[in-house]
Amino acid sequence: MDQFVLNWIFIGATFAVYIGIAIWARAGSTSEFYAANRGINPTVNGMATAADWMSAASFISMAGLIAFTGYDNSSFLMGWTGGYVLLAMLLAPYLRKFGKFTVPEFIGDRFYSPTARMVAVICLIVCSVTYVIGQMQGVGVAFSRFLEVDNTTGLLIGAGVVFCYAVLGGMKGVTYTQVAQYVVLIIAYTIPAIFISLQLTGNPIPALGLFSEHTASGEPLLARLDTVVQELGFAEYTGHHGSTLNMVLFTLSLMIGTAGLPHVIIRFFTVPKVADARWSAGWALVFIALLYLTAPAVGAMARLNLIDTVYPNGTAEAPIAYEDRPQWMATWEETGLLTFTDANDDGLIQWYNAGSDSFAATAEERGWAGSELNVNRDILVLANPEIANLPGWVIALVAAGGLAAALSTAAGLLLAISGAISHDLIKGQLNPSISESGELLWARIAMAGAIAVAVYLGLNPPGFAAQTVALAFGLAAASIFPALMMGIFSKRVNNHGAVAGMLAGLLVTLLYIFLHKGWFFIPGTNSFSDADPLLGPIKSTSFGAIGAMVNFAVAYAVSNSTEEPPQDIQDLVDSIRVPRGAGAAVDH
Amino acid sequence: MADKPSNNEYWSANIRLVTYCMVIWALVSFGFGILLRPMLSGIAVGGTDLGFWFAQQGSILVFLALIFFYAWRMNALDRQHGVDEE
Repeated sequence: MDQFVLNWIFIGATFAVYIGIAIWARAGSTSEFYAANRGINPTVNGMATAADWMSAASFISMAGLIAFTGYDNSSFLMGWTGGYVLLAMLLAPYLRKFGKFTVPEFIGDRFYSPTARMVAVICLIVCSVTYVIGQMQGVGVAFSRFLEVDNTTGLLIGAGVVFCYAVLGGMKGVTYTQVAQYVVLIIAYTIPAIFISLQLTGNPIPALGLFSEHTASGEPLLARLDTVVQELGFAEYTGHHGSTLNMVLFTLSLMIGTAGLPHVIIRFFTVPKVADARWSAGWALVFIALLYLTAPAVGAMARLNLIDTVYPNGTAEAPIAYEDRPQWMATWEETGLLTFTDANDDGLIQWYNAGSDSFAATAEERGWAGSELNVNRDILVLANPEIANLPGWVIALVAAGGLAAALSTAAGLLLAISGAISHDLIKGQLNPSISESGELLWARIAMAGAIAVAVYLGLNPPGFAAQTVALAFGLAAASIFPALMMGIFSKRVNNHGAVAGMLAGLLVTLLYIFLHKGWFFIPGTNSFSDADPLLGPIKSTSFGAIGAMVNFAVAYAVSNSTEEPPQDIQDLVDSIRVPRGAGAAVDH
Repeated sequence: MADKPSNNEYWSANIRLVTYCMVIWALVSFGFGILLRPMLSGIAVGGTDLGFWFAQQGSILVFLALIFFYAWRMNALDRQHGVDEE
């Protein structure tokens, strides 16, 4: 069957399932809309959380980030999973016990301060909106590549589907579609990985294949990879090259940022009990680990496959001729994400590290005038089945999986945004006497509005879109996580301390990012760059952890020099700390 | 709410448990995966060393074990101190 028809069948079938779920799981109350009536089984919630969390970045980009850098990008693997340990032990069970609907609501109540709540609302909206842009772009790219529709049409179809289940079903609809989307995305990710691992190492489990023998060469796969990349002047794959301090801080920032992302936290409001919130965090990581343990294998194997494709007779021999390139290269050239420029006019594809000084002599000797192949790291996972010559249905499955990853995360983010607007801004601030049906209507209007904004930004992405992911994690790490943690683990931190801490963490992190990336990301207005950062080796992407430390320090200092929180707030903290009574605290 | 002394005992038992878990969490990721990797470089694992394995596989597996251990211990602590959900 034609590849194009297969793609339509797979994507069409998965979309039909999502819409079916939307019709079945309509929300009738605010409790259903915000928290699925707190009736979600912890394992099911774990699966939904995994889909909520694993975005287009995890599915499409992460393996590529690891493939082209190797060990140095292990930060993504440790950071994006280690955050769940923090979430399980420091936040999720307590926030579930608190028994309200949004993250800013906890901050506002615990620090008895509408100002604190509004600061949290602003952080939440900035984090979530910047994050949603990437998902929308992912949807557009996947559609235009696999269904051959233009970017705009693809994005509108994707947004239409999200609209169906998010506006109708709220958290309830989103939860069950996320479960379906998880199943689609994990199958789509692991099946090609298993095929490739079998081809290269004979081991069906990619995570084990990564440390097995490469059948073709008889060497361990990673040793083989180290050899071939160095023969082309690239850095050793398993070696550690950057600054150790920066790697530690970057990993820590990703961990704290993960634990502070509101769209992940609110998923834990949907389980029936505090004990369930603990189990659920474990289940979430089980389902996430299935992808995250596979990703480094996908990255390493794709890199090796790619080098073998370009140098079929080994890196010491001549590369393949452009005329003889495989079909998948030609297909991806059309998208502009893979480019070839014949720098020395010999018709062969030389691909090597032209930036390496030590390799320059070898390149000159071989008559190479620059690296001629440019592969966008984002195409690696999507092109993987084609690189490994897998059957057409696997390619269609990967397309459906990429869309599932992007749509499930987009829906979770939109839910967090709409809750902040209808519950924190409208009910909490502007119109506290609003009826339940009025609030539900506003939640739906806010959701529709958020989708419209996301579509607009997806179609007209600000030039800084790629850089704002650092912003989302930085803000979550520097403002939201410390405020939540202090709210639970300290009775002494008061309203002044929390507001001062959040603002200090937020401003110092923004300042550091803007100094390196330009003010409001306007190119040329930066005073430093991540190649030569202000503070030693600390890049702007790693600054979230320092922002969090500033937040903690300022909050403690200010709280200790001002009055204690009132007795009823101290009692509130006591009650959050014990699970008993969670049922009674539910649903005001 | 249950009586205060029991709560305090419950809370300090919780803090102890979380502290132990956090030490292991930091040890396998920042420790074995990054800072202590040079010390583990002598231990070969499939074409590379143990530190690389911890950075790309081992830390995630330990995180998983930690969360389930914590959930199991905490749920038991809740019952011991009579603060579990009825």
